Amino acid sequence: MSVETVSLGPARPLPPGHYGPLGQLRSEWTKMRTVRSTLWTLVATIIAVVGIGAVATAVTAARWRSGGIVDHIGFDPTARSLAGVFLGQIVIGVLGVLVMSAEYGTGTIRATLSAVPNRPLVLACKAAVFAVVAFVASEILTFGAFFLGQALLRGSTPYATITQPGVARAVAGAGLVLTVLGLFAMGLAAIIRHTAGALTTYVGLLLVLPLILQAFPVSFQHQVIKFMPLVIGEHMAATNPHVHDFGGGALLSPWIGFGFLCAYAAVALVVGGILMYRRDA
Amino acid sequence: MIEAHGLTKRYGKTLAVDSLSFEVRPSQVTGFLGPNGSGKSTTMRVIMGLDLPDGGSATINGRPYRDLPWPLHEVGALLEAKAIHPGRTAFNHLWMLAQTHGIRRSRVDEVLDLVGLSEVAGRRAGKFSLGMGQRLGIAAALLGDPSVLLFDEPVNGLDPEGILWVRTLLRHLAGEGRTIFVSSHLMSEMALTADHVVVIGRGRLIADRPVAELVAGSSRRFVKVRTPQPEVLTPVVVGAGATVAPGTDGSLTVTGLSAEAIGDLAGEHGVRLHELTPLQASLEEAFMDLTRDSLEFGGQGVARSEAGGGAVASPAQEGAAR
Repeated sequence: MSVETVSLGPARPLPPGHYGPLGQLRSEWTKMRTVRSTLWTLVATIIAVVGIGAVATAVTAARWRSGGIVDHIGFDPTARSLAGVFLGQIVIGVLGVLVMSAEYGTGTIRATLSAVPNRPLVLACKAAVFAVVAFVASEILTFGAFFLGQALLRGSTPYATITQPGVARAVAGAGLVLTVLGLFAMGLAAIIRHTAGALTTYVGLLLVLPLILQAFPVSFQHQVIKFMPLVIGEHMAATNPHVHDFGGGALLSPWIGFGFLCAYAAVALVVGGILMYRRDA
Repeated sequence: MIEAHGLTKRYGKTLAVDSLSFEVRPSQVTGFLGPNGSGKSTTMRVIMGLDLPDGGSATINGRPYRDLPWPLHEVGALLEAKAIHPGRTAFNHLWMLAQTHGIRRSRVDEVLDLVGLSEVAGRRAGKFSLGMGQRLGIAAALLGDPSVLLFDEPVNGLDPEGILWVRTLLRHLAGEGRTIFVSSHLMSEMALTADHVVVIGRGRLIADRPVAELVAGSSRRFVKVRTPQPEVLTPVVVGAGATVAPGTDGSLTVTGLSAEAIGDLAGEHGVRLHELTPLQASLEEAFMDLTRDSLEFGGQGVARSEAGGGAVASPAQEGAAR
């Protein structure tokens, strides 16, 4: 540490070209994998999606014979095995928020933006890396929850196979819903910049908004409920359209609903990107 | 080279930086001085493109920060201690920055070694002391081997050994032809490190000149006089237009007359002198003089008494004494 060991040499000429997305993508991947909160939230997502799915299907299998005919009507074994996706949506949201808000909370954002002052590029690369990680993890988890759940149901109840109509769509779609909701949460964090504030907003939009809606006239509820992220997610994770009763309001088809979800995430990220560009870091 | 032209930054109704213009030139250490809250950190953040100015512009090597093709190769900055994720290791913090510029791994090891953090490279930054956090920040600043370096209060929280190390590093970097811009609210620190100072108060430029000139230009000159006959000498020098203040050690501090004039007067009146030392205002006092009117908070009385009590021979001697 003595100054004699300082051997920096004079500043060299600049390399050709310009910093760009490739380096930034690598950097964002390093950031994501080198903090423990990423691992913890992914473990929590496993517990939520696979764990709750396993418990839900095991309980159903155990009680099937004692259950009444009413319980058997419209039973959707795929949806039952994906019961944990509901909680998984919240946990993946935590990851999406943290990836962004930790930069502000710790001051790392200033190091990040000193290296790469193109802020929209930073946000885009962060979103891309998060999307890949969240997508891979979510798909593994939803397919895992499905196969584990069906194995637990088999022998006791009707069960689903992946080739039946709507099943592959429900399982893969649930993973996509998780990914896009994580991106939505990340966009909110880019707007709000505080972990607690962004999480509260995310959970509020996901869970509290449908509750608030109940204060409004039923006819209005029927018009609006289908646009709620939670409802879109549940509908995507089901194969049987009759299984969920949302007050008789017509639901969007799973892919149209998913399109809305993508739009929410895009709006949050674009607004977040614009604010990031305009605001002081 | 850093240039600021009419830089203005407002936070709500507060004018943090007020049409500030200055240049920071290569091959020397430029101190950026001002009382706490005078706008130093804001100015540095605007130079770094982190905060957007409301008026004016700041450029590095002729370009605004946002237009630099390889920012880390042109500018390095230590803006605040521990702007680091507490869960990330020192190595990974630098590595994620290095990757944005395609900087090789060996360079990360090199700067860690340079700041003396090789041993703790794999430790999470949350466990670091303030001093280690500062060192990691300095490592990050040096990562891209930039020609321009900004340091915001780099010696804060460092032990004496660390302070000496930073001081020597800054001098060394300037010696290599780099542009060094370092902020401090401690004039004494700058007296030891800087060649040139930019002084601001309340976001406005107060002085922009070489350190030596700043001290020489100060209005405060004293002569320390020691005599066994103060009761004879005092009326004589006061009669010649000087002011006399008794010092704590029995000496007199005479303001308003040169040492030569006092010596002549003593000789004419047969007063024996045991000491006659011309004193120059320290840089600290020059700074106090400059910023007295611009102190953000009403600490003027304090500032005055500190200035009066801390008369030292010269910055050079002060440095030698340390």
